[in-house]
Amino acid sequence: MNFVYEKLMGGKQGLLGFVLLAALILVIMPMFFDIFRLNLIGKYLTYAFAAVSLVLLWGYGGILSLGQGVFFGLGGYGMAMFLKLEASSPENTKIQSTPGIPDFMDWNQITELPWFWVPFESFTLTIIAILTLPALFAYIIGKAMFTRRVGGVYFAIITQVIAVILTILIVGQQGFTGGINGITDLRTLNGWDITSDSAKYFFYFLNAGLLLTVIVISRFILTSKFGSLLLAMRDKEDRVRFSGYDVAHFKIFIFSFAAMISAIGGAMFTLQVGFMSPSFVGIVPSIEMVIFAAVGGRISLIGAVYGTLMINAGKTAFSESFPELWLFLMGGLFISVVMFFPNGLAGLWNDYAPRVFPFLKEKAKTKDVPPVVTDETGKGTV
Amino acid sequence: MDTNTNFTLAIEDLTVSFDGFKAVDALNFYLDKNELHVVIGPNGAGKTTVLDLICGKTKSTEGSIKFLNKELTKMAEHEIVRAGVGRKFQTPSIYENLSVLENLEISYPYGRGVYGSLTFKRNKTVLDKIHEIAKQIMLDDALDTEAGLLSHGQKQWLEIGMLLIQDPQLLMLDEPVAGMSVKEREQTAELLNKISEGRSVLVIEHDMEFVERIADKVTVLHQGKILATGDMETVQNDPKVIEVYLGH
Amino acid sequence: MFDEYTYSELGSIFAMQGFAGISLFSVLLLMALGLAIIFGQMGVINMAHGEFMAVGAYTTYFMSTLTETYFPSLMPYYFLVAIVVAFCVAGVLGYLAEYALIRHLYKRPLDTLLATWGLSLIMQQSFRTLFGAREVSPTLPDWLLGSYQPTDTIDIPLNGMFVLALTAVVTLGVFYLLYKSSWGLRVRATTQNRVMSGAVGINTKSVDRYTFALGCGIAGIAGAAFTTIASTGPTTGTLYIVDTFMVVVFGGAASLIGTIVSAFSIAQAQSLLEFFISGSMAKVYTLFALVLILMFKPEGLFASKVRR
Repeated sequence: MNFVYEKLMGGKQGLLGFVLLAALILVIMPMFFDIFRLNLIGKYLTYAFAAVSLVLLWGYGGILSLGQGVFFGLGGYGMAMFLKLEASSPENTKIQSTPGIPDFMDWNQITELPWFWVPFESFTLTIIAILTLPALFAYIIGKAMFTRRVGGVYFAIITQVIAVILTILIVGQQGFTGGINGITDLRTLNGWDITSDSAKYFFYFLNAGLLLTVIVISRFILTSKFGSLLLAMRDKEDRVRFSGYDVAHFKIFIFSFAAMISAIGGAMFTLQVGFMSPSFVGIVPSIEMVIFAAVGGRISLIGAVYGTLMINAGKTAFSESFPELWLFLMGGLFISVVMFFPNGLAGLWNDYAPRVFPFLKEKAKTKDVPPVVTDETGKGTV
Repeated sequence: MDTNTNFTLAIEDLTVSFDGFKAVDALNFYLDKNELHVVIGPNGAGKTTVLDLICGKTKSTEGSIKFLNKELTKMAEHEIVRAGVGRKFQTPSIYENLSVLENLEISYPYGRGVYGSLTFKRNKTVLDKIHEIAKQIMLDDALDTEAGLLSHGQKQWLEIGMLLIQDPQLLMLDEPVAGMSVKEREQTAELLNKISEGRSVLVIEHDMEFVERIADKVTVLHQGKILATGDMETVQNDPKVIEVYLGH
Repeated sequence: MFDEYTYSELGSIFAMQGFAGISLFSVLLLMALGLAIIFGQMGVINMAHGEFMAVGAYTTYFMSTLTETYFPSLMPYYFLVAIVVAFCVAGVLGYLAEYALIRHLYKRPLDTLLATWGLSLIMQQSFRTLFGAREVSPTLPDWLLGSYQPTDTIDIPLNGMFVLALTAVVTLGVFYLLYKSSWGLRVRATTQNRVMSGAVGINTKSVDRYTFALGCGIAGIAGAAFTTIASTGPTTGTLYIVDTFMVVVFGGAASLIGTIVSAFSIAQAQSLLEFFISGSMAKVYTLFALVLILMFKPEGLFASKVRR
């Protein structure tokens, strides 16, 4: 019991935050919103996977990845490929010159299913691919970069370039990927209509449950010695190295884990939204995910979820009524979060919650999450 | 050819050059078991560079460094540490945001892999060891203090403690008493004499009075080369050393 | 992919694509010079650098429209003036951005990245509000149009030659400023040791502000040059920022020669590949090769060796 309390929930304040979040997304939102709105919130929550991954990676590890969209996209495309193949059964596509392959392939004069599409005919293999391929990709990138001590700004730029490369590839290789429009017209999952209300409810709760699970696992990582080491590496990498740790291993692990989380988010995105396109892969979505984490407070797993929800709700509200204002607002948000609220929503909560709820006071500083410090090496900030 | 020696540390023909500038030049240096050896020398003599080379922070251009007959020049930093070499930096390098206890815990030599660190538990063995070391470095009253709040001297001790908890065979200290008060210097001298029992210690220091108190042997480094080696008295009376320190 | 061409055809293709690559090289180099100064000297990641280029491009467009409407007789000369004005406008905006934003973030390089990204969003939307979402191009003076044909198969565009000359002048100017002038000495001193520079009486804050302004000003010139090869839209800057960063990183952040060599090789590689495969795949291959090279040589081509 104590293990669950300390390690998985992070003490009293962590537990309260977790329960409040769980109540909000599992009970309150489904009670007050119709399925259309709930589906929208579900979509936002898939981004929260990426935001949570950035808390681990950037907030704790000091590793800024501007390529989380890549992993989100790989997960999303994996799921989309499976659904597309199911939707492209020979009966459904008999008007095509080659029935049984996705419509965009037929339009691009492709007559046979490409080899890398074949495994996605199986649901089991698809799930395995979503959980392993993005993580493996991250492992390779991480291995190449972290063992050569590429870090900080250079890592950020290289991950960004990888996002650019992948976007151009997807857009350019229309016949294999569906190009700029992405993979659309996804209908059923193992015969079950994913656009039906019951499916939407199911995916919403599955998604929320997965997100909460990911948060619990992340908490476990952060409260273990691994978490302290991440912080230690962020602030004094050399000392960690000269205490006998292979710093690169830790970074590779957390980068791969972060990639896996993001990929799960991407797969859930496809299931709930019904399509996947390159616009969720490139620079812009990747950097937006960073700002979700930043608004939440960088070092707060729960905060990242609220940050994601708030910004996306704002985006939807504003771009419906004042599309012009939204970019100004978003730009201003980037600037003000960095300059005035580096600890984000979690910082505000930590400052004000103990005043509102006096019972939080006694152990307000359970886990030493250091304040924002400046850092001259460029290895990391917070 | 058998190049094994009985020395804890045997450095031979060690050279490192930065764009042609030889910071360490064909250096030969030996360190016995249980010896407390102090390296002195004017600024820019290459003292810190030698420590950097031993612990793998800088890669040598030529030559060999053997620690207990293991070649260090090809090893990664963490492997060198795990082989039993501990190094204290010139400015205290500790985790300011963590408590003294957590600083020592992170340095505790178990759970060094990814999996090990995820499953690491703060059990009685760990805590006992931490308390033992904390007592040695005179910080047993300050275990819960955030390390950033310690005095400069205490930070130096904490870093020494973080090395001691790993029980290294070779301990390298770069200016351990810099910025310390007179009393703290005395305590540090005592500490060093105590911890040099059972391990070799290599110290870089400027404070001659302090050197005299601790050193078994002294080496003077000048322009990347050894000028003189021996006990304190021999070195102090060496005309070349006097020339370097007082001449020009 | 070379099989279907004869040697002389290949020669012409290489020559022509080479000259086409020169325009890209010039714009990339001008952009990278500004960015290298800001990143190399100050350690600031300016994600809005592309937008400062767009400022230069829009300024040129504005000057063109202004001249066409009110002083049509001066059309042949306006472009030269526009280059100077583009430099000034982008420089002043950069100065203001440094004052309002960047100077608070010097010790947090990753945060400058986020803040300047925010700035870039605001600038993009401002372009859209002021000039519309449509792409615009200035009317170029006649002497910039047309081409020079040394042989029947080779066709060298004049605008490329002009932009190349402009780039050479700016590069030499930057070189002089940084390495020969006393101001450059102060900039370099500040890069190496900020505290010491302050102690010997250098106003490091003013050095920072003017360095940043200079970098942005050069991006403005890049924008003016850019108008000769393509039209400008609100998101033009974003398209170039990643390439520019690659140029700077690949060249080794603090090396001027490195930046030139790196801009040249990236522009030429892309331009040559474009002839044989689609433009997008050319870019993929170029970027991919860069990432691979950087993985093996993270410090870039021309990094200086220092004791660390």
